[in-house]
Amino acid sequence: MNARYMFSLIAVIVLLLLAWAGTAVGLQVVFGIILPYLAIVIFIAGFIYKVLNWSRSAVPFRIPTTAGQQKSLPWIKHAQIDCPTNKLQVIVRMALEILTFRSLFRNTRMSLKEVSKLSYQLEIFLWVGALAFHYAFLTVVIRHLRFFTEPVPFFVQLVENIDSFFRFEFLHPVFQFGLPGVFLSGVVLLLAVAYLFLRRIFTPQVRYISLASDYFPLFLIFGIALTGILMRYVTKIDVTAVKELTMGLVTFQPTIPAGVGTIFYIHVFFVSILLAYFPFSKLMHLGGIFLSPTRNLTTDTRARRHINPWNYPVPVHTYEEYEDEFREKMIEAGIPVEKMPAAKPVREEPPEEDEKPAQEEEKE
Amino acid sequence: MAEEIPKPEELIQIKHRPPKTDWMKTPINIRKGMYCYASNPKSVAYVGLPNAREWNPMEDDWKLPENWQEIIHEGFKERLERFRSFKVFMDICVRCGACADKCHYFIGTGDPKNMPVLRAELLRSVYRNDFTKAGKILGKLNGARPMSIDVLKEWWYYLFQCSECRRCSVFCPYGIDTAEITIMGRELLNLLGLNIDWIATPVANCYRTGNHLGIQPHAFKDMLDFFVDDIEDITGIKVEPQYNKKGADILFVTPSGDVFADPGTYTCMGYMILFHYLQEKYGLDITWSTYASEGGNFGFFTSHETMKRLNAKMYAEAKRLGVKWILGGECGHMWRVINQYMDTMNGPTDFMEEPVSPITGTKFENAKSTKMVHITEFTADLIKHGKLDLDPSRNDHLKVTYHDSCNTSRGMGIFDEPRYVIQNVCNHFYEMPANTIRENTFCCGSGAGLNAGEDMELRLTGGLPRANAVKYVHDKHGVNMLACICAIDRAALPALMEYWVPEVDVTGIHEMVANALNLPGQNERTTDLRGEDIPGMQAETQVESEEEANE
Repeated sequence: MNARYMFSLIAVIVLLLLAWAGTAVGLQVVFGIILPYLAIVIFIAGFIYKVLNWSRSAVPFRIPTTAGQQKSLPWIKHAQIDCPTNKLQVIVRMALEILTFRSLFRNTRMSLKEVSKLSYQLEIFLWVGALAFHYAFLTVVIRHLRFFTEPVPFFVQLVENIDSFFRFEFLHPVFQFGLPGVFLSGVVLLLAVAYLFLRRIFTPQVRYISLASDYFPLFLIFGIALTGILMRYVTKIDVTAVKELTMGLVTFQPTIPAGVGTIFYIHVFFVSILLAYFPFSKLMHLGGIFLSPTRNLTTDTRARRHINPWNYPVPVHTYEEYEDEFREKMIEAGIPVEKMPAAKPVREEPPEEDEKPAQEEEKE
Repeated sequence: MAEEIPKPEELIQIKHRPPKTDWMKTPINIRKGMYCYASNPKSVAYVGLPNAREWNPMEDDWKLPENWQEIIHEGFKERLERFRSFKVFMDICVRCGACADKCHYFIGTGDPKNMPVLRAELLRSVYRNDFTKAGKILGKLNGARPMSIDVLKEWWYYLFQCSECRRCSVFCPYGIDTAEITIMGRELLNLLGLNIDWIATPVANCYRTGNHLGIQPHAFKDMLDFFVDDIEDITGIKVEPQYNKKGADILFVTPSGDVFADPGTYTCMGYMILFHYLQEKYGLDITWSTYASEGGNFGFFTSHETMKRLNAKMYAEAKRLGVKWILGGECGHMWRVINQYMDTMNGPTDFMEEPVSPITGTKFENAKSTKMVHITEFTADLIKHGKLDLDPSRNDHLKVTYHDSCNTSRGMGIFDEPRYVIQNVCNHFYEMPANTIRENTFCCGSGAGLNAGEDMELRLTGGLPRANAVKYVHDKHGVNMLACICAIDRAALPALMEYWVPEVDVTGIHEMVANALNLPGQNERTTDLRGEDIPGMQAETQVESEEEANE
């Protein structure tokens, strides 16, 4: 089997067991207070460090990918978003990139048909899956602000209302589901993570490139979403107690209220791991996208000079050296020269390097 | 030329399924036909690049300097600090696979290490090992591996199977640009003297003589004089190009491939005819330079420093001659360098003026700092203002499609100017499918210095997506001419067409411009610049002569 995803799966299971065992032996303080604090500190410090570290590196050249018509003659329509020439246009390009994953939307799938026809069809699933995943995750995060604020801000309430507009209730004396109202985001998140995982497993090329560090966050987030959903709809934990704990964290008066089940600590432990893991992993694409030089720079380099902070002088073959070498030949051919030879030069040119790839090219 | 090139039917049997073995465990297999010969030590030494020596990629011993691992590590570190692009691209890839089937080399070869993501992982794996804690602790599990001789060979083999075309960067949700990674990787390889000769020797030539082909000034002029004679035979007009002329208004720089190799030579004749026309009618004062006789820049495929050293000649020559601005010919990577690097590297250019067309008065505001204008911008402006007397019917035997060169597309964004020119100089123009043109264009398969003879199989497989799209319009519309604005295209595409779509020929845009352009005092113009009879014109004269005979 594929060792890389097995390893990640096992790692997440081990984490689950750790949290479970920890709460069983009464380490609630560790899993409910110490680790979350530690995780958030690592996340914030690590994130800032990483972004600062990137920004410390120079941007010597403007290398945006020009994905549309340049701004040139006034009667030629300029692609303002794909070939931005000013900051505003860059902001629009970046916003579309970050908020709508515009480049991913272009995705095509290549196939070789009828033996010799290459075709490229729009491949929208990765874009849909990625968008669903990120927006579901964002919604879940915003909803969770309810646990860290008092009173709960209006936008959290708003997001909750939108998120739960779709109601699904299954009420039976033995099994009940849908009360409290189902949040769409949780379900979508779970499905999207499952999709992103399955395509890593079943698309041969993607499986080939996937590393353990690609599977690990997927399993972890799946675990987070699943424990969250279980708490809300199945095991029905004591929300008041949970809020007491989370508010304790925010107000720096941490407490461990009674009646919070093990599953909550597993959930929080998973989140803590995700936060602490974040800055050291590919998840930093969240910060990196803002700094991507092929997207966040203007394309007006011919109109405005970009400065390279480490630009240094380099040895060049000057015109004088060139003329010194070829002067007589130039004069003979009637090409103007700077210096007419004063006396008859004795120097004879070594016929070095006359077999050049030029000859090879000629052969073609 | 590589000897045993498989037949098209065989070459197109491409398996895109990756092998069973993990990519880190799949050993490197350097295959004939897929790589270019090692750099000639004389060329490497001429420009003072390190570790010049004879070596052969097929031999086990690459004669590396003893401390090569240290050189790579230090070089890597230095580039991470100098280039934010490199550092960010090393960190943020999520391996979503969107880039995988966007690379023409992957499409054409099916080799998984030609997926842009894996090409980058070849470097990232070493980056994780050398520069990240997680990589150091988790090792292979986290996709990290130490540098070894096999890894180095893999770098060399696959970084010279990337033409830096940037197609993957269009599709990457984070804009990760494999070209940038390849550029860094090649810089590192060059620290060990591991270049290919198709790059190293042109670099040395260019440094010494001003152009890749090593053409010395008198020979350069001879070649253009030869075109002067040809043009006189074809049009009855004697053009008079100027060389190294001090005080000329404009300096013209074009890739030397246009001076040397067919069909680029016809494009070169096209420039000369256009300039003559403008000189006669409007008094254009333009000069060629033998010192800055190369637009292309193979230094770009070597290192940033080498690029700067070669590029410096353009501004130096402009300054020496005292021209107002520079006009640049049809070339691909030359224009990426001019657009995104030149002014930053070798500017500022206060000794020149903001470019203004002396004929139409148009200010090229988009080039006001670099002071260098693309010839299709210049010509499109002339046509728009009705300054050219064009008879597109002389191109009626051509059914033309247009290949966007990678560098002018994704490193500049010049799409509509060339199309406007083409549509004004010929009557039959057909676009290839949308997914294969403009920003989605496919490389000719031979860019970034891979245009050698010995790697023909690589070129033909890499060029397959382009050829396939040409075949599509050939079958559908009878397209018989592939136009482009790149000298490497003009050198590489004929071989590609001959192999995949033999009915299609290759041309530069200004060849077609000159064929359509009516010169004052010209003759009947019964042949095109290639000396081939123009079908319609020939028939007319035949009819006329028949009529004459009847009388």
